[in-house]
Amino acid sequence: MIEAILKYQYLQYAIITSVLVSIVSGIIGVVIVEKKQVMMTGGIAHTSYGGVGLGYLLGFEPILGAFIFAIAAALGTNVVKNKLTGLSDVIIAIFWSLGMSLGILFIGLIPGYPPDVTSYLFGNILAVTTFNLILMFIITIVVTTVIIMFFHDWRAHLFDPEFTKIIGKPTKLMENVMLILIALTVVALIRVVGIVLVIALLSIPGATASLLTRKLHLRMLYAVGFGLIFTLFGLVISNLTDLSSGAVIVVFGFIFYITAYLIKKRVTRVKKEKI
Amino acid sequence: MKNLIEIENLSVKYEKIEAIRDLNLTIREGEYIGIVGPNGGGKSTLLKTILKLVKQYKGTIKYNGTTLKKSGIRIGYVPQTNEINTMFPITVEEVVLTAKIPLKRTYFHKYSEDDYKEVEEVLKTVGIHHIAERQISDLSGGEFQKMLIARALALNPDILFLDEPTSMVDIKAQKQIYTIIKRMSKNMTIVMVTHDVKEIMKYTDRLIFLNKNILAEGDPEEVYRYEYLKPVRLIKRHKTRLEVSKK
Repeated sequence: MIEAILKYQYLQYAIITSVLVSIVSGIIGVVIVEKKQVMMTGGIAHTSYGGVGLGYLLGFEPILGAFIFAIAAALGTNVVKNKLTGLSDVIIAIFWSLGMSLGILFIGLIPGYPPDVTSYLFGNILAVTTFNLILMFIITIVVTTVIIMFFHDWRAHLFDPEFTKIIGKPTKLMENVMLILIALTVVALIRVVGIVLVIALLSIPGATASLLTRKLHLRMLYAVGFGLIFTLFGLVISNLTDLSSGAVIVVFGFIFYITAYLIKKRVTRVKKEKI
Repeated sequence: MKNLIEIENLSVKYEKIEAIRDLNLTIREGEYIGIVGPNGGGKSTLLKTILKLVKQYKGTIKYNGTTLKKSGIRIGYVPQTNEINTMFPITVEEVVLTAKIPLKRTYFHKYSEDDYKEVEEVLKTVGIHHIAERQISDLSGGEFQKMLIARALALNPDILFLDEPTSMVDIKAQKQIYTIIKRMSKNMTIVMVTHDVKEIMKYTDRLIFLNKNILAEGDPEEVYRYEYLKPVRLIKRHKTRLEVSKK
């Protein structure tokens, strides 16, 4: 395997990708789990498929299309949700299905044979291009910097946005910045787990980390570690068997989470019995 | 006593539902005001409008005769517990420290030694300094409320608004919270929304009965007699009528 890594560029790209997406998914995953925005993130991810389709139709990089659609979906969902309070589920569902439909329509409009969009839908960590890698690198830097630079502000905002507003913080701006960071993370994850499975990589590492620690920053750190284990495992299996990396990552992550959960439950019970 | 907050003809609507109608109220410096009334009567909405958490309203609210920003009034707020994620991974000390986040944008902010000292002081004031390191998910209802009070106090407020601080807590903790607030009322203006009218009467200078508008305000005993004993009187009268008709 090490020989292959040294020899093949696509494997080197895949490993770097694993590290980068683990960082963003670990950090933002914890945020969306705590902010209860997992479904909204799913909506953003699926809406981005419209951008992939548009990219293919107009002949530009599909991931750029996904990038534009994801940001528009994140901000758009928030604006509409604030205007139509109590209907957030419906709005997410509308954006979700509209994005997918637009993607299907755009791809259908392409003359001749339609392109293979499987890697966008289900992920292929072995098919990461130099452009994808650069984009992921930039996204990772942006997401990590913005979160670390204002960590106390984010923590206060996640815990109690009303109080953050009272102390004079620009909560509306913070909310929009967070949505943009979520959209960026979604774009970074598309090539690895695919649009359909993005929410899994955003929720499973964070959920597993929550079993081990009750400190927010440690939860983010552990989630990064778990994300790395999951993606590297997916990469190895995908390379050996030609299976979809996204599906392997999610199934492995799920098994890992359940195992960790059962171990934690057992340990807690033993501790209680000792007391 | 000077007027701290003056509210004139305030009306608030949530979509088509009227929460507050044409309300006038003056909050004077150093007062301890209790606001009572039925569910949906606009109590929490009134607090949130004063705190600028509700933006859509008609009427005027003046703070020291001007806008909140210009007035320089420091406001503290203790929200209802059910509006907060009680499972969030954060300790008591970290929650109270959020009051010390500088208003100015600061990168990689670190709390100072003074911040930690001040937080320790307010935790002592409300009697929970021994659980500073505890995760909030492990707190009892009373401890949680005291933590929220400590966070509000850490802002060094001129006026403190509390929205049902004794709901979801046991009787012992309720008494402790009322005592803490009473003690604080010597140094700041207090406005408290509560359902616990019998208890709040013992502490406040002024009681307001709110149901969309102020239906009664003034001496707590008087307001209680007027608004709370009225239904009892009606029931008694009704019963008497029934008894007469039976005979």
